[in-house]
Amino acid sequence: MQWLEAFPAMAPEQLSALKKYIDQGFRAITREYGEAIERFFDPLKAFLIASERLLTQSPWWAVLVAMALLVLVSTRSLKLVLGTVVTMLLIGYFGMWEDTMKTVSMIFVCTVVALAVGLPIGILTSRSNGLQRLIIPLLDVMQTMPSFVYLIPVVMFLGIGKVPGLIAVVIYALPPVIRFTNLGIRLVSAELMEATEAFGASNWQKIWQVQLPLALPTIMGGVNQTIMLSLSMVVVASMIGVQGLGQPVLKAISNQYFTLGLFNGIAIVGIAIIFDRASQAYGKRLQRHSEVHHG
Amino acid sequence: MVDNTEQSAAPASVGVQIKRLYKVFGPHPDKVMPLIHQGISKDELRDKHGHILGLRNIHLDIAGGGIQVIMGLSGSGKSTLIRHVNRLIDPTEGEVWIDAKDVVQMNHWALRRFRREQTAMVFQKFALFPHMTVMENVQYGLRVRGVRHKNRQEAAARWIERVGLAGYEDSFPNQLSGGMQQRVGLARALTNDAPILLMDEAFSALDPLIRSDMQSVLLDLQQELSKTIIFITHDLDEALRLGDQVAILRDGEIIQQGTGQQIVLKPADDYISSFTKDVNRGRVIRCRTLMTPGVPVQGPTVDASLVIEEVARVLSAEGFDAANVANSRGKLLGSISMGDIIAAMVPPKTEEAAAEPG
Repeated sequence: MQWLEAFPAMAPEQLSALKKYIDQGFRAITREYGEAIERFFDPLKAFLIASERLLTQSPWWAVLVAMALLVLVSTRSLKLVLGTVVTMLLIGYFGMWEDTMKTVSMIFVCTVVALAVGLPIGILTSRSNGLQRLIIPLLDVMQTMPSFVYLIPVVMFLGIGKVPGLIAVVIYALPPVIRFTNLGIRLVSAELMEATEAFGASNWQKIWQVQLPLALPTIMGGVNQTIMLSLSMVVVASMIGVQGLGQPVLKAISNQYFTLGLFNGIAIVGIAIIFDRASQAYGKRLQRHSEVHHG
Repeated sequence: MVDNTEQSAAPASVGVQIKRLYKVFGPHPDKVMPLIHQGISKDELRDKHGHILGLRNIHLDIAGGGIQVIMGLSGSGKSTLIRHVNRLIDPTEGEVWIDAKDVVQMNHWALRRFRREQTAMVFQKFALFPHMTVMENVQYGLRVRGVRHKNRQEAAARWIERVGLAGYEDSFPNQLSGGMQQRVGLARALTNDAPILLMDEAFSALDPLIRSDMQSVLLDLQQELSKTIIFITHDLDEALRLGDQVAILRDGEIIQQGTGQQIVLKPADDYISSFTKDVNRGRVIRCRTLMTPGVPVQGPTVDASLVIEEVARVLSAEGFDAANVANSRGKLLGSISMGDIIAAMVPPKTEEAAAEPG
């Protein structure tokens, strides 16, 4: 009755043979296809490099003015513009301008990629209940699986660097775009969809003219989440060679530099607040039409 | 001012023939159809076979260019019926003939084309697009059809003005009152310039004054447009005011159809007479029905299609006791007296009234 005392686990030799077998198979695949996969992601790499160059090589005041204008256009709030400028000036004054630019560039590319991948998947998910049943659990796995776990295969395929970091961040930050797009489209009332049908709209016309515009405020909620999640991943991503505010934090952990960690942490919080307020205010402005002015 | 793109050739009025139409809701409508043909009752079908009978053996011949009202209480199947005309709902069995084509047999592409060009719909809860301005909402049908921006802008502006919303082009629907929103809904449907207009309880969500106002707008427009309008309502007064023809639907079956006057004067059964007894008969009965043929009398001459309430108004205003009735070409047909009118406006004796001593 030994199985009552100790869990009847697989024999250690068998278990290690199984692990070895899977690892070998996986390694064979990376050897076989690693290069092809790397080439596949080359355009992404070019995009990353171009965006980072633009932000780090432009003069600091030009970037600052551009950011202030962007915040002004998306929020129409002078208070937020002022907050943005002060935050960025402080970051620069404390010597973190370049790292911050690298992080902002990374977040920007991640958000663009997450949208490019997530919007179409979200639209498809909203059109089929079967697909929704398949996708939603997958998103749950993506969000709960510890990020270190999927860093391993990513590094095996692509090595250390920007692109694997980007992929790791996108895997983590993509689910909200899909979820919110799916939700936003499903929330468009059946009556409106019947009207589009009665006027003979094609599927494409329904999506572009009615469903996406009406889902846009909800989708913006997803974009906001995506930005926040990408930011929270910068430290983890720095472990596989993503430059930016994460790296000094990593250095601070291993060398117990308290102040270095704190400064960079505060800088991450600072840009997180800017992105969050700006994207939320923009999402609210998209809902202007739903304000009721008349009984 | 000739506009080649819009209304250059207003299509001749198009009739709608609905034949042997059945709609069964449930998991396997085909399997229970034989039972329905054998005459199973609605309740038995629901309780024993788990299917809901939506429409049973509907025949309706809707002439082009008139207003056909379909009246029924909630659950009678009237909204289901109107959705078969543009096939927002697929029938279980039956045919819907429009312009020598059976809508039921159309493939996906033909149906989409048919909806774009032949029909337009006005909805009970307006169904305006909240993210579009009034102007953009009204243009919607033409945008779906791919009409050029400038042309659809012109057409939309014309109809916005026609329904009395000039100046509100850039407002969003939420900024308008219910009555104004439904004017947008009406303009959106009219801008489509389709020969068939489907109105699903279009005025039911409006309060009484606005509703009567919108009825006038519709009658006014119909005078010049002569579209084929199918109008759904649960309100008999509305049905009688608007309908050239009225069909009454109950439990998925048409139990009477005819002109409003026919329905009020000769209700097919107790169910219908329970509706018609409270109707203002003076606004339904036309003097053609009531007049005595023959000798001219001393008094004004009225048109035979006038309702008797209007005749009574003319008589009392001019101080006469009787009027001559003429047809639309002016030919004298007979006469009508104030006494006849008063007698006709009083509802017929019911059994209780007859039992009273008197």
